[in-house]
Amino acid sequence: MNFAEQLPVLPVITPLILAPVTLLLPQGRAPHLFATFVSWLTFAACAFLLAAVSDVGVISYHLGDWAPPLGIEYRIDLANALVLMLVSGIAAVVFPFAYASVRLEIDERQSTFFYCAMLICMTGLLGVTITGDAFNVFVFLEISSLSTYALIAMGARRDRRALTAAFNYLVMGTIGATFFVIGIGLLYQATGTLNMADLHDKLAGNSSRVVGAGFAFIVVGVGLKLAMFPLHLWLPNAYAHAPSAVSAFIAATATKVAVYVLIRFFYSVFGFDFAFEAAAFTWVLLPLGLAGMFVASFVALFQEDVKRMLAYSSVAQIGYMLLGLSFATVEGLTATLVHVFNHALMKGALFMAVACVVFRAGSHSIDAFAGLSKRMPVTTWAFILSGLSLIGVPLTVGFVSKWYLLEAAFAAGHWYAGFLIVASSLIAVLYIGRIAEVMLLREPHEEGRYAIPAKDAPLSMLIPMWVLVGANIYFGVRTGLTVDIATRAAEALMLTAGGAP
Amino acid sequence: MDHAILKVTTKILFAPIILFALYVQFHGDYGPGGGFQAGVIFAVAFILHAFCFGLEATKKALPQKALIIAMVIGLLFYAGTGVATMLLGANLLGYDAIDPESTHHAGQHYGILLVEWGVGVTVASTMLTIFYHFTGRERDIDQEDW
Repeated sequence: MNFAEQLPVLPVITPLILAPVTLLLPQGRAPHLFATFVSWLTFAACAFLLAAVSDVGVISYHLGDWAPPLGIEYRIDLANALVLMLVSGIAAVVFPFAYASVRLEIDERQSTFFYCAMLICMTGLLGVTITGDAFNVFVFLEISSLSTYALIAMGARRDRRALTAAFNYLVMGTIGATFFVIGIGLLYQATGTLNMADLHDKLAGNSSRVVGAGFAFIVVGVGLKLAMFPLHLWLPNAYAHAPSAVSAFIAATATKVAVYVLIRFFYSVFGFDFAFEAAAFTWVLLPLGLAGMFVASFVALFQEDVKRMLAYSSVAQIGYMLLGLSFATVEGLTATLVHVFNHALMKGALFMAVACVVFRAGSHSIDAFAGLSKRMPVTTWAFILSGLSLIGVPLTVGFVSKWYLLEAAFAAGHWYAGFLIVASSLIAVLYIGRIAEVMLLREPHEEGRYAIPAKDAPLSMLIPMWVLVGANIYFGVRTGLTVDIATRAAEALMLTAGGAP
Repeated sequence: MDHAILKVTTKILFAPIILFALYVQFHGDYGPGGGFQAGVIFAVAFILHAFCFGLEATKKALPQKALIIAMVIGLLFYAGTGVATMLLGANLLGYDAIDPESTHHAGQHYGILLVEWGVGVTVASTMLTIFYHFTGRERDIDQEDW
């Protein structure tokens, strides 16, 4: 076996093959340790892959030695290498974090199934990102979604509402997947191919109604999966009622991967030759992105449940990503890719902080956060630092993405969008500030439901959380790393799409 | 209730159904059939058994625990074939590496046979697991058991 040649397939098959093995392990510590080990292996494979792509450019891998367009092709360029790093990196941090939290929130008897589902969810997300085959995207999207439904439903031990949340997500997610596969079907009908690069070649100049309808179906389908503003209704409940570790993992990865799929279809499969794509940018992504930024932020402001608040904030942040995408410029695309990466870091850290609070206080209601700085100072400061990152304070990753987004908005001539970005960040100041006020200035409950001992979360939770908080600051100071990769990725995507470089 | 006719018929049919499943399984590489269909037919034999003799009797013959192990083994059989081809120097699931000397791609034939076997085992055990869970459901789970 030639390691370098087989490297592109390793991020997918490592978790896929090892996931079922967790089912054979005895309950208790073993499944967790094994899953953590697998997530680190996968992370290492993704890191090697990013280094390889950065050196040699696009890597193509033919499954079963069947040459594309007939066979399935894994095609890795900088854009998906970045997302692969992100997904596997978040997994490598969340898996060690999960143990204490999961032991508290999930029945011991389900623990083997839980870690198996987590690994399969990760496989699906990595597969969606890595593949260069449009139908393969659908298959992996379903693999990740189905395991996510099960994972969310496992929150039912603490709160039965997790079952309805999971069912809601199941219905909405299935509609999204159906729309997506109908879109792929229409494109297949028009071109006779499923390989993305080949689709791009064969679609050129064919703006028939079939192709237009396929495009619309794909945008709506992926829009449901990524919780584009009016299609986001499944998201807040799913994130709020899922087990804490699951919330941290899917909030940081699932919607980001869907944003990546949208980028891939807009830039690599279709292109700027299509009039309907320009229309989608101007009339769908731009207004919906802006609306999402404001409406979802406002709703977040009035949430009594911190997890729901963060979930609505995620919908708002997806608005920023869609906004950057809708400018159809290299700067805008760079800003979106950077924000995809950065938002995962901050949301991951925030949800992990909430998980620590749930671990001690047993609740994610805002009341449980009263006077937390006196009870759990380490967690409190992790929450506040990543909250500052969410707002976009300098020296954090949030600032980097907002900065590039603003630059892109002004460069694209949408100066009003620039002001709206700043205005919606101010709402973020309010909703994060509200929690910070409760944590820092209120007196902790001495008795009653929310009275908690002055004891921080265990180290197994604190260390991974602070690794992520540290990443928020590290990538906020050393901006070159992500921005450089994102710029090169955006330029390559723009070249395929046929836009101005 | 004791239906002698049904029980005897089931006993007679049981073995031929499994034989048919195996026929579909091993015929799959040349004609219609394959692991999915074969797995379902295989599971049907046991579902029929459960209909006639009760779920408990079937569970005694084929316990849930064994099914989970079968599921994992089937999947590993499939994936293992892929990894084996990787170790032999081809890409994942590049079956030609199994028999590189062959002039008529015999490796493809062996490869698909091995993979379909994995599919069959996994599908059969998954079908039965779903069936066990749906029919074995008695009442709502207690609040305590969540």
